[in-house]
Amino acid sequence: MNVKTKWWIIGPMAAVLMFWVLITVIPLYWMVIGSFQDSSASASFKPQMLPEVWSIAPYERFFMKTKALRWLFNSLFVSAVLTVTNLFFASLAGYAFAKLKFPGRTTIFWVLLSTMMIPAQVTLIPLYVLVINIFDLADTYTAIILPAVVSVGNVFLMKQYMSTLPTSLIHAARIDACSEFGIYWKIILPMAKPGLAVLAIFTFVAHWNDFFWPLLVTRSDEMRTIQVGLASFRFAESTDFGAIMAGATVGALPMFILFFALQRYFLQGITIGAVKG
Amino acid sequence: MQHPTVRSKPARSRFMQFWKDYGWAYLFIAAPVVLFFVFTLYPVVSAFLMSFQKYNVLKSKWVGLDNYKLMFNDDVFWKSLKNTVIFTVGTVPVNIAITFVLAFFIFQMRQSWQTFFKASLYLPAVASGVTVSLVWLAIFDPTPVGLMNRALSLFGIDPVIWLGQSSTALFSLMLMSYLGAHGSGIILYLAAMGGIPKSLYEAADIDHASGWTKFSKITWPLLKPTTLYLAVTGVITSFQVFISVYLMTQGGPNFATTTIAYLIYQTAFVFYDFGVASAQSFVLAALIVVVSVIQFKYFSSDIEY
Repeated sequence: MNVKTKWWIIGPMAAVLMFWVLITVIPLYWMVIGSFQDSSASASFKPQMLPEVWSIAPYERFFMKTKALRWLFNSLFVSAVLTVTNLFFASLAGYAFAKLKFPGRTTIFWVLLSTMMIPAQVTLIPLYVLVINIFDLADTYTAIILPAVVSVGNVFLMKQYMSTLPTSLIHAARIDACSEFGIYWKIILPMAKPGLAVLAIFTFVAHWNDFFWPLLVTRSDEMRTIQVGLASFRFAESTDFGAIMAGATVGALPMFILFFALQRYFLQGITIGAVKG
Repeated sequence: MQHPTVRSKPARSRFMQFWKDYGWAYLFIAAPVVLFFVFTLYPVVSAFLMSFQKYNVLKSKWVGLDNYKLMFNDDVFWKSLKNTVIFTVGTVPVNIAITFVLAFFIFQMRQSWQTFFKASLYLPAVASGVTVSLVWLAIFDPTPVGLMNRALSLFGIDPVIWLGQSSTALFSLMLMSYLGAHGSGIILYLAAMGGIPKSLYEAADIDHASGWTKFSKITWPLLKPTTLYLAVTGVITSFQVFISVYLMTQGGPNFATTTIAYLIYQTAFVFYDFGVASAQSFVLAALIVVVSVIQFKYFSSDIEY
């Protein structure tokens, strides 16, 4: 950016940055490269930065010993459902808070927003009692999904985004006797696509990576998400370096692919909700 | 029955008019509002009541302040509080400094290089806490085979039992946080740096201001809102650090890495003492509120220019 800066200033800065990139990427490299080295092959096994012998035995062991395919499906299902519900309900509410006038609008919005300050640990125990004992939902998809159907953070993000959309189109549609839901569905949603894409990506990744709540409400091996499953595998097979790295890679790979495919949205999306607040 | 029938008609039509005007809006916000009542407000009130009860699924017993007394008399509670504070104080400022320096350097680069650095430094942020913890568990392997120990051996330093001894366990978790994902902070800083008007620097150049003056009088003050945001969210996350503790140390050795969030988990879901766990969670919430308020006060006091 800064064209005037001299090369002898830029050079060392670039070197520091490259060094830090290296430090950041090495753990991930170690994970992937470790997953292709069979730690059970010999007693004196030592994982290498560049292995001489490549092996897929760790992956075979990971998939043989666990229900990993089922875990992956569970994570995919839960994350997909939550992405759809969050997209719909957050954009609907965000639109109302940004563009519709109704008594209590500001108060309700700020009450909702203030709940983001409450640490999860406070609501956790009653939430657990509610979902497990009162609703009797232990070990079900519903238990994992229900409390996260729409997050306040996403409503906030959508409100911020909807505020930037032109109001004139909404007025025109209202004169044409479009119903309020029709306006949202036919006019607002198409205009909000870039914002919706960002919300979808971040919601999907967050729930794919979610650990604590699925850990608490799942009981059987079949109902675990990939993250909870990986954690259980770590305790069951704590000495099998290769297989644990294989599992960690399997759990992270879909997110890496998503990141490389949709990098632009990831990098731009972060600034949408944060600074303006 | 209390209302005379004569008055109910306009009242009803008033309601119909209100519904016609605002009904849609209330329907549109219904989902988050219902979720707020069921999954936030009710649990908060319930947790508050629970902290004064000996909880039982069938019938809870009121015990007054017993849970709080038990909590404050528990050495592990104080230890976990201390660990949490050390972890937070030891990581948040350092991570913000690292993030700031990296962002400042990236800002000097050409556009294409900016994208490369942003993307590669953001990468670990899409890996889950579980994945990251499992990888670092392997990196901190106590034998000479572990990656960290191999790095040390390059400098002729003997292997360290990173997570296995109380003197280094908490520091190991902090080290892992330093070397972790700073991507989103970097992106926020870069966006804010791009928003500083060039004219300010040009004016400073006319006055022959030094590089340091420009930094301390223009760049740093104008980036304060971003720094505040990173400080507040950083403190909140590090007060709640859990996954790495759960997967890598289980709070040990000898409670050296038991954080308050991990203690709450143990009290509630290992010992099933919901009352004491609720009391502990309110201490955590109070801490977060107090520290957030202090940060807002400190950062906003000299933000006017």
